[in-house]
Amino acid sequence: MSFSTILQHALTGISLGGAYALIAIGYTMVYGILRLINFAHGDMFMMAGYFMIFAMASMPWPIAIPLVVIATMALGVLMERAAYAPLRSAPRMSIMISAIGVSYLLQNLATYLFTALPRGYPEITLLKHIFQIGELSASLVTFVTPVLAILLVLGLVYLINHSKMGMAMRAVSKDFETARLMGININSVISFTFAIGSALAAVGSILYFTDRMSVTPFSGALPGLKCFVAAVFGGIGSIPGAMVGGFVIGLTETALVALGYSTFSDAFTFILLIVILLFKPTGLFGQKTTEKV
Amino acid sequence: MKKEMKWLLSLATLALVVWALTALEGRRNEYNMLYTVLQKGMILAVAAVAMNLLNGFTGLFSLGQAGFMAIGAYVTAILTIPATKLPGVYYISGVSQAILSFRGWTDSLPDWFQTAFPYLALIIGGLVAALFAALIGYPVLRLKSDYLAIATLGFSEIIRAIIASPQLNLITNGSYGLKSIPKLENLLVTFLIAAVCIAFIVLLIRSSYGRAFKAIREDEVAAEAMGINLARHKQYSFVISSFFTAVAGGMLAMYMRSIDSGTFKIGLTYDVLLIIVIGGIGSVTGSVISALLVTAAKEWWLRFFDQPLVIAGWEVPLFRTGFRMVIFSLLLMAVVLFYQRGLLGHKEFTWNVLMPSNWRKWLNKKQAGGKRHA
Amino acid sequence: MPDNILHIENLSMQFGGVLAVSSLNLDVCQDEIVALIGPNGAGKTTVFNMVTGVYVPTNGRITFKGKTIAEGYPESQMKKLYAGDHTGEYSKLISNTPDRITALGIARTFQNIRLFKEMTVFDNVLVATHMHLKANIFSTALGLARAEEKRMREETAYLINLMGLSPQKDELASSLPYGKQRHLEILRALATKPHLLLLDEPAAGMNPQETDELSAFIYRAREALKLTVLLIEHQMNLVMDISDRIYVIDFGKLIAQGNPAQVQDNPDVITAYLGVEEA
Repeated sequence: MSFSTILQHALTGISLGGAYALIAIGYTMVYGILRLINFAHGDMFMMAGYFMIFAMASMPWPIAIPLVVIATMALGVLMERAAYAPLRSAPRMSIMISAIGVSYLLQNLATYLFTALPRGYPEITLLKHIFQIGELSASLVTFVTPVLAILLVLGLVYLINHSKMGMAMRAVSKDFETARLMGININSVISFTFAIGSALAAVGSILYFTDRMSVTPFSGALPGLKCFVAAVFGGIGSIPGAMVGGFVIGLTETALVALGYSTFSDAFTFILLIVILLFKPTGLFGQKTTEKV
Repeated sequence: MKKEMKWLLSLATLALVVWALTALEGRRNEYNMLYTVLQKGMILAVAAVAMNLLNGFTGLFSLGQAGFMAIGAYVTAILTIPATKLPGVYYISGVSQAILSFRGWTDSLPDWFQTAFPYLALIIGGLVAALFAALIGYPVLRLKSDYLAIATLGFSEIIRAIIASPQLNLITNGSYGLKSIPKLENLLVTFLIAAVCIAFIVLLIRSSYGRAFKAIREDEVAAEAMGINLARHKQYSFVISSFFTAVAGGMLAMYMRSIDSGTFKIGLTYDVLLIIVIGGIGSVTGSVISALLVTAAKEWWLRFFDQPLVIAGWEVPLFRTGFRMVIFSLLLMAVVLFYQRGLLGHKEFTWNVLMPSNWRKWLNKKQAGGKRHA
Repeated sequence: MPDNILHIENLSMQFGGVLAVSSLNLDVCQDEIVALIGPNGAGKTTVFNMVTGVYVPTNGRITFKGKTIAEGYPESQMKKLYAGDHTGEYSKLISNTPDRITALGIARTFQNIRLFKEMTVFDNVLVATHMHLKANIFSTALGLARAEEKRMREETAYLINLMGLSPQKDELASSLPYGKQRHLEILRALATKPHLLLLDEPAAGMNPQETDELSAFIYRAREALKLTVLLIEHQMNLVMDISDRIYVIDFGKLIAQGNPAQVQDNPDVITAYLGVEEA
């Protein structure tokens, strides 16, 4: 394989990784605060895809994109209020089952509303414009994705470390009860977390689907799981970790497909998961917690 | 209620069921829907009870059921597809020589072996799955509940990828799947297999080991302090649960007659999980009842929602294909949010429910409960 | 001198930057009731956790009936780094999982009650006899271990009766009043047939009458079951009443030991609990 081909694949990998990174952050943020694996996150990403299809049908993209982001944020917050908030004091298994239930509901809702047949994803001509840099050629979106991902993450990290809401978020993820006792409005913090995670997922969805032709109700399931693995790899609860995890998974997946092992590219992600869980469950940047007996 | 009376009622019900299933067998074409629902329901009941053993009674949140069902299904299928049909099924790449020779040998064995063979195939499928479970159990069962869920989910997907991989074409027929799987003889046979499986699990739960499992669910640290070796007991639960899950998978293969890796996506695990949630995590009778109800609802009753509905000339909006699943999902969320204990919670169905004296007690408890919360 | 049951030598436990227990020496002899007291956070439960295998000591040795059940020396940490030459020269790092410790004959109760809430009173105690079941899982499931199960049930019934809990035997453990829950935890620990019983604040939250019942019960159990007891407790009347000897620790270090009279008058003990008098 020539060097430029490798570079080309690397570029694709980084781009895919960027989309994965944005989605993985949503998982890691929610887990950090609620200790919940939001199984429905991937399906929200799928719904964002459908929102885009309908938005672009009647509006130009500068209006459609923000609308889609807002709609997804609304969906995320609604999901949290309806399905997770009531179960905050229930045993852990219940809330996980609820997440699975929401995932199930979203998939079935999408199948009902949009049918299971793939729907063509609208083209944003600007993003699909092919650029040539030396021997590399790719659409603008491929270049934009990783850059955008990194910028958004930097912005988010800044927000978390330097704003009042960010401090509240950090407090809640360290100790839920005490944060509440300190007067922090738990509900707003949680809703805010979900809103941000959903917004990032929406952006990730636009970047991801622009390179693919179509959306089906099941388009979100597998990427969702992969992004969760990315979050675990980076250290669940750590935002920079989730970003690193996203890029790693994106790159290795692209590499495997390029080398001819496409059927294993999905399985590889899960093998990676099991390996991490066995040898370093806290991931790259995660922190250990101990249980008091 | 007296013990003898309970035994009598149970036996009478058993006799009734056997009679009903045999009678239904004869009128299969008339009651096609009922037949399908009963057969699939009983298969899912086995899967549900097996999953409940692990998740409900031992408290290990595992989501790997689809993977083990796949193992059971494929092993059973490979062992039971008639040898003459094998080349036809594996038409693209051919069958592995090992399988052909093995099947040739089994086909040459006497008749009594042939009739028993399908059941043996189910057991072998279970044993293979149990072996996998034993291998991955040791490292994986130490993980905390959320991570255990994802790890087992991942394992399930890995199995699926391995089955579908082109490298294993000669054995699993890769992504083309397997067909011409012989069917389960009749409803009664399905019922008997299911009954035996569920009976064993019930006996296990009622035994000392079952109590140890419950202790692990309640409080691992305390259970360990009371002398229960966590690793060993979790392994027991995991391996036995996987065995029966695989048997259910094998039965599913025989029910569906043709399978491929897509049959065993994560959705299948979710289906079984939702059955035990509705029935009550920690209740065997709940899982069985729920399996039948849910299958009936999904395959039969809710089909009503998929057809356009016209009332007095006005077409009710919303009723079209796919609405059934939306309704089902909403019902599910309702159970998860409001009836977390499901139908039976931790309790089991007993004949005591028929005693009027118990009704009064139950009513009083409900009233007292209401007053307490006021 | 009666046999030494538990021998703790130079025991230390370090959690990151916190030295929870520091060079503790403690002995318990056959048939004794020994108390370990000290202000909150002194490290008492940590000592229990090291004895029962929940934590591996960072330094020191614990011996039970002459056999080492836990041992940690800094060199054994070095062993991990060294990996290869001369590792035999360094002390072995010995540790046992809690279930192994219970199998050896040490049972415990917990500071915060850890009963099996959704199981009945009877089952809570019965499940603690499971460790003595010799039959394997398949025989037991298929009903081939009837004799053993019968014996286990009889033992359980006997224990439950000892503490007067027979009327509630089929109720859920979570429905018992607090004091009875604590009694139940002790019964459950006794079902494992221990030689040494570790009680972590058994009288916490009990009124004086319940505490008296508890003292009487501990004496009865010691007689009937040839038990040796090490207890952590804050209620001084119980401690002074039933203990043969007392160890006092504060900030992880031993500050006094002796019989009740000696400890009561010890000025260091008074300072630890009540602070220094303002001049």
